Amino acid sequence: MRAPLSWLREHAELPEDVTGRELAERLTMLGLEVESVEQAGGDIAGPLVVGRVLGFEEETHKNGKTVRWASVDVGEPQPRGIVCGALNFAVGDLVVLALPGATLPGDFTITARKTYGHVSDGMICSARELGTGDDHTGILVLQGDYEVGADALELLGLRDEVLDIAVTPDRSYALSIRGIAREAATAYDVAFRDPADLPHPPETGRPGQPVEIADPTAADRIVLRTVSGFDPDAATPPWMQRRLVLAGMRPISLAVDVTNYVMLELGQPLHAFDRSRLRGGIVVRRAAPGEKLQTLDHVTRDLDPEDVVIADDQGPIGLAGTMGGLETEIGGDSTDLVIEAAHFLPVPVARMARRHKLPSEASKRFERGVDRELGPVASARAVALLSELGGATYVGVSEVDLPRDRPVIALDPGRPARTAGLPISTDVVRRNLERVGCVVDGGDDRLAVTPPTWRPDLTDPADLDEEVIRLVGYDKVPSVLPAAPAGRGLTELQRLRRRIGLALAHGGYVEAPSYPFLGEADLDDLLLPADDDRRNALRLANPLSDEEPLLRTTLLPGLFDTLRRNLGRGNQDLGLFELSLVFRPGPDPLPTAPRPPLDRRPTDEEIAGLDAALPAQPQRVAVVLSGQRERSGWWGKGRAASWADAVEAARLVARAARVELTVRADQHAPWHPGRCAALLVGDRVVGHAGELHPRVLASWDLPERTSAMELDLDLLGMDPAPVPAPRISTFPVATQDVALVVDASVPAIEVESALREGAGELLESIRLFDVYRGAQVGAGRASLAYTLRFRAPDRTLTVEEVSALREAAVAAAGRRTGAVQRA
Amino acid sequence: MSAPNKSYDPVQVTPLNVEEVERARDAALGAIAQADDLDALKAVRLEHAGDRSPLALANREIGALPPAARADAGKRVGQARRAVNDAVAARQESLERERDERVLVDEAVDVTLPWDRTPAGARHPLTTIQEQVAELFVAMGYEWSEGPEVEAEWLNFDALNLPPDHPARSTQDTFWVTSPDSGVVLRTQTSPVQIRTMLRREPPIYAVSPGRVYRTDELDATHTPVFSQVEGLVVDEGITMAHLRGTLDNFARAMFGDDMVTRLRPSYFPFTEPSAEMDLRCWVCHGESVGNPDRPCRTCSSEGWIEWGGCGMINPRVLVACGVDPERYSGFAFGMGLERTLMSRHGVEDMRDMVEGDVRFALPFGTEI
Repeated sequence: MRAPLSWLREHAELPEDVTGRELAERLTMLGLEVESVEQAGGDIAGPLVVGRVLGFEEETHKNGKTVRWASVDVGEPQPRGIVCGALNFAVGDLVVLALPGATLPGDFTITARKTYGHVSDGMICSARELGTGDDHTGILVLQGDYEVGADALELLGLRDEVLDIAVTPDRSYALSIRGIAREAATAYDVAFRDPADLPHPPETGRPGQPVEIADPTAADRIVLRTVSGFDPDAATPPWMQRRLVLAGMRPISLAVDVTNYVMLELGQPLHAFDRSRLRGGIVVRRAAPGEKLQTLDHVTRDLDPEDVVIADDQGPIGLAGTMGGLETEIGGDSTDLVIEAAHFLPVPVARMARRHKLPSEASKRFERGVDRELGPVASARAVALLSELGGATYVGVSEVDLPRDRPVIALDPGRPARTAGLPISTDVVRRNLERVGCVVDGGDDRLAVTPPTWRPDLTDPADLDEEVIRLVGYDKVPSVLPAAPAGRGLTELQRLRRRIGLALAHGGYVEAPSYPFLGEADLDDLLLPADDDRRNALRLANPLSDEEPLLRTTLLPGLFDTLRRNLGRGNQDLGLFELSLVFRPGPDPLPTAPRPPLDRRPTDEEIAGLDAALPAQPQRVAVVLSGQRERSGWWGKGRAASWADAVEAARLVARAARVELTVRADQHAPWHPGRCAALLVGDRVVGHAGELHPRVLASWDLPERTSAMELDLDLLGMDPAPVPAPRISTFPVATQDVALVVDASVPAIEVESALREGAGELLESIRLFDVYRGAQVGAGRASLAYTLRFRAPDRTLTVEEVSALREAAVAAAGRRTGAVQRA
Repeated sequence: MSAPNKSYDPVQVTPLNVEEVERARDAALGAIAQADDLDALKAVRLEHAGDRSPLALANREIGALPPAARADAGKRVGQARRAVNDAVAARQESLERERDERVLVDEAVDVTLPWDRTPAGARHPLTTIQEQVAELFVAMGYEWSEGPEVEAEWLNFDALNLPPDHPARSTQDTFWVTSPDSGVVLRTQTSPVQIRTMLRREPPIYAVSPGRVYRTDELDATHTPVFSQVEGLVVDEGITMAHLRGTLDNFARAMFGDDMVTRLRPSYFPFTEPSAEMDLRCWVCHGESVGNPDRPCRTCSSEGWIEWGGCGMINPRVLVACGVDPERYSGFAFGMGLERTLMSRHGVEDMRDMVEGDVRFALPFGTEI
């Protein structure tokens, strides 16, 4: 809401020296956030005066243009001679004259200049040149009584300050000068003159247009006031145009401008119908199926049975509180007008405005709640303005009022103080509530508070707390740190996530969280089989992009996209990771989530029903790598990132979780079928790692040999038991190397496992230090060379013992894997 | 290094001859002094102190001397041999030290050579800031609460006192899963975690919940559809706005420094009443840019304050929906956008830098911010 300071001053007796910025600061601290203070007309400088046209001669020049050489009285001893291109004024008219030295908007400086054979001693201004309106068809002719020579800058409100206020949804009353001026008066503790305190027009005894509310769930009050004899050619006075412009509205015609002006002033949206185009009485009802309405924006709309319409005998003539119909719009020949001031209820208007995508100044106010007492007042104010400015005659009024009980809130007067943590006396509670317009009854232990009709948001004691405390001042609330009971620190899972993040970061991976949105094409590009569980993805009803309507079931596509973006920007040798949720609804559709009532805690069954509507959302960690894992440099050659780094990343994660990870060969999209490891904890597959399938790399345009890992932290589990401390033997170690030849298809991990089993408890460690495939061991065979280290806790092992252990290990490997010692 | 090719012709030394013994000794000492490396010294030692050296041979002859002469001769030859052996040892030590020092000089390297063999890694600063905030509150006794990102409408909206027709629920603002009637959304705030916490256990509750949230904004320099918030929740007996303010002051000072000035101003959120916005005094211009067009401030857009987050006393209706007795308990809640916090605190100019995963953004942060 844009509020000109001069308009606020009309209703709040602010001290003369208060600036817009100072007022803005105080309003902000009262809860009306002023987003900006605009210095309107700051680019206009005088002398700008009211002049009267004494006479003129019309001259047509060689270029075909007709100008007037006018003599204008500006209150000086001699009239001024002015050349003017506009022809829309008459002798005796009052005009605005910019004298030499004046500056108009657009840094347009006026000088006495010679033109069309005369020296023009100033310029007669149009509304647009003054910034008061759009009209540039002629110069501005002032209607009414102005003193010749008067300063037009002040007279027309050309220089003003405009406060732009972001009104929160609860403070609908602040969508009006009335509401803001009330807060301004409170802010400075000065008198407030309520613009709604108006005498009603004397009743004529004649009825207005017949009116009916057919659906009390749509509106509970409507007032129609009829005027006749309105002059459709009457112009909107410049001061009104100026205020509309400053408030951000476009002046259109006097009748429309008056309805808008009254809405801005009081907060009550009004609509004006051309009475001659109405057929019969007016009814507020829901739309019938199949009804249509062409609205003022020339769009023909199919109406929904939920829509609230204003209708006459022939059908809908307006969307209630949203937009009027074209058919009954007032036009250049409208002399008899029906002014509608209704109290439409918020929810139907909100739904309608959303359904038809028609947020309007009116719907904005009705959605948030309009003062239901304003209808008679605002319509009377409009009648008064139409009569005064447009020569209209008041015909009569009709009204339907379905009164509603006003809530009375019982308030413990000690409550605001307990809420604020600040002593607030009952007197202050009472006074502050009265300042916002409440009627406060009752004694010291219980107040009965009736909120004003313009505050439909005040329904609960907590709402009154806020009113009392904001008027005391939030800045008066002290700062006290509450003492929380002793806590338990982070959970094991939270600590694990941190360890994993740090381990990967220190391991050379950069965390790169991505958006969780996917397209079907991503799942195809991952080469997922038709029955892969990762194809069971939730779909958004309203995705940002139709290409990506799914919620991810795997972290990999996001990492691939991020990797490609990095490569495209010239970043090289990359390891990226993400640790986030994925969404795994499973193959069956999820049930609709219940909406338990709000007046009690949901039952455990209801809570279970809420959770049952949600997909599983496991935490996953994934990495992707490309380029060199160890760079080449002056120290020698580098090493390309490979499947083995991806598997190692999984081991790093498992180490952080203190679980033992094993791997076995697997074929699993999107990995290379010959370079993919299933990651296991016990018998449980927790993820996969390896080099990516070349076709996947081609789809994402990633470098060959790009590798990746993804595992599920929830499946990984963790070992929360305290770590048993190892016993450190100080006896010497005995080292034995063995080289075993096995069939090339035997996984190394099986050979190692057999060696471990055969070597028994005295084996301290085992390490594969060489793998050889070649002529010396024969085709289809591989030689694996291991170092075994033995140590006893209580003695030095003898040569004979160590040899026996070694033989036992080799024998076990032979039994289980067919390994033979390399000759 | 080879020994100097000096031929030395050993002279027969008679142990009884003082002069001969002394000459042999002096010859040995001279040769030792002249040995300029370890190999030369070794040759000198063999010649002058070895088994075939004149003094060694002379020593052997002592046994053949008359008993009266033996003591004297033995003493004389012994002294000479000791002097030679001492000199060899001393020279040996000195030459070894010289050699060792020379090796250290020879082995010198250019320690300024770069070593970027293994790539550097980093956590995303948004993760780090979430953790930092959580740890600040956990240190005060709070629990770090978490909840799902695909969330029930009831938890994300209804229980938080958002009216059924509140525009925030519309598809203009909220991602709906499956359909707008499914009752399931991508959570638009971390507040449903507060509801879950209240449903899970009895007060007193002190909880902090950082996390990812979703709104249907297009990505641009200041908006992202996926962003991070942190919320705090306290429900206990006798909780007041003063406690809220004290908690936020502590939080602001921890994040932005001990001299941070804050203010609360009235605002509106359905789930809190009274509600407030929390502003931080602009730490760049300290408010001096306000109404001062000559000194505009980009950090606060010359407003003097930076909006940090929303907060308030938990609306009793929310407590009721969670089964908390509002007559006995009161509470506060607050929430901040972490992207904006990071933007303000670290001068991030473009939201996209935090979203696109360019490693050049995260790397300078490392694992701390």
